[in-house]
Amino acid sequence: MTTPTAPDAMYRNDEGLGIWEHRGKVAAVGVGHAPTSRRWDGRPETCVGAITIDALRKAIDDAGVAPDQIDGLVIVPVTTTGAFWEAGKPLPMDVIQSFNQTDDPLDGIAKLSAEWLLANMPELTNVNFTMYGPGCMSNALNVTAQAVGDGLAHTCLVVKSWHNFEGRYYQGGANAGNALPGTPAITQLWGGPASYSTALQFAEYCRKYGKAHDMMAPFMENSRRNGLRFPEGYWAQHRPEELGPEDYLASRWIAKPANLFDNDIPIMMSGAYLFSTAERAQDMKQKPVYILNHASSNTRPRSLLPTLDEVEADTALTGRKIYEGAGITADDLSFENMYDGFSLFHQFHLEGLGYRGIKFGEALDFYQTDISIEGPNPVSPSGGNVGSGRSRVWMHTDCIQQLQGRAGARQVTGVKPEVGVSGGPMPLGGNYTVWSASPD
Amino acid sequence: MAKQGVEPDELTQPFWDAANEQRLVIQYCVDCDRLQHPPSDSCRDCDDGGELGWKQVSGRGRIYNYGVVHDCPIRLLQEDQPFNLAVIMLDDDPGIQMYSHLPGIPVDDVPVGAAVEVIFEPSANGQLVPEWRVIAD
Repeated sequence: MTTPTAPDAMYRNDEGLGIWEHRGKVAAVGVGHAPTSRRWDGRPETCVGAITIDALRKAIDDAGVAPDQIDGLVIVPVTTTGAFWEAGKPLPMDVIQSFNQTDDPLDGIAKLSAEWLLANMPELTNVNFTMYGPGCMSNALNVTAQAVGDGLAHTCLVVKSWHNFEGRYYQGGANAGNALPGTPAITQLWGGPASYSTALQFAEYCRKYGKAHDMMAPFMENSRRNGLRFPEGYWAQHRPEELGPEDYLASRWIAKPANLFDNDIPIMMSGAYLFSTAERAQDMKQKPVYILNHASSNTRPRSLLPTLDEVEADTALTGRKIYEGAGITADDLSFENMYDGFSLFHQFHLEGLGYRGIKFGEALDFYQTDISIEGPNPVSPSGGNVGSGRSRVWMHTDCIQQLQGRAGARQVTGVKPEVGVSGGPMPLGGNYTVWSASPD
Repeated sequence: MAKQGVEPDELTQPFWDAANEQRLVIQYCVDCDRLQHPPSDSCRDCDDGGELGWKQVSGRGRIYNYGVVHDCPIRLLQEDQPFNLAVIMLDDDPGIQMYSHLPGIPVDDVPVGAAVEVIFEPSANGQLVPEWRVIAD
């Protein structure tokens, strides 16, 4: 079985598509997370393949499903945080020989295929549908929801994992060399780090609306606070440190106005979910969380970087698509878990959604109000990547757990958890899911 | 600032050749007459791909936005940290952007909106690279 990449037809990219045809008929039930770590320690049991198996088995167990009932698997094949296996570096044969390897010796170490997973999870005897949702979990979730709705699978696992090796983020390879090929040179020769584009959008936002970087501090403090209540997350597991305004504002710049904490910390992690039809989900161990819609943006900027005008136009369009397909309005959202890695664009997502009625230019003022999980306007109750490290997964796990009523110390208490939205990554381009405690 | 050298490839050869002649050219679609940068194998706006060519532009623009890089992933630039990294929008088409280190402008003292003109600076292997300097309006 060769795993295909999801075709464009599986995504809901356009406005005007109406209510999603499978609204309320697909449900998430099980959640599984492997322990996090800062970097791979080189052992077979902690390689990206191994932690993925761990997360998948936990999701299966959490849902209370026998492995032979599972017929689908959707994964994100790219697992890098920006760390790559250097050309010429000896292969870790002890790790490779610990698993049933595919033709690619770095499968399960620096990337992941569905074939590798199935070869190393013999209990999955009935998987006949596999598919890649490229990029991140947000993408794979859209694919999984559509696949289950379309009947391509009835009980489907979806997983996203990240590997991180020794060495500094993006500092090796071509960046350490003396020359670049002509095409990447046009965009990379000037040396902007990963957060540079977002930093510029934020700078333009501040100039246009008269805001300042220090207005981000309450959001950052709130996100870390929520992250420390996320036992599956990196900061909760390894560095249970609050992030007060003084710490945040004293942090060193990376690409001013983006500082160190505005950049999420790369980690090793794996998160998995079990999706099923709403009908089958009734008999599983956890309360079903129903998918009301999935929506995507494939907008590209006109030139090198998105302008603020382009960002605002596209986040507003994304908001309309999200609501249209789900048959809801902004007033129906109990909470939001839009993406935050980088932190300086979370406000674009909020304003595009019109969350709690806020308009363009108002989100940083909104951050100065009560945005806690105890209040009426919870912002990023997951804590996102700020709160738990780079994964692009926490926001989805939190939506499921909030609506199941098992978010623990993170459970929202100022609102009744009925409908949540999550997704990202960037304000231009991305994939979004609307989750509900009820199928209606 | 000593930028990495450039090894032109098939797609970008005209851009880099023109830079060595101290001319700024931008890829455009012959069918829809629209500039696009970075260059691509096909026109992003024409459904059938569109025939592509290169058009010399005036070399004038405005500083649209900037950030200050303190932690650069490129080794050769790290000794110059922190440095300005600005985005220029071309007068010929303000939708087209180019990067600049704005040589001569103090760090974090960038006049957003100021007029600029293109200059060409040698990179590590001698390939000339477009840069931008502030000029009087």
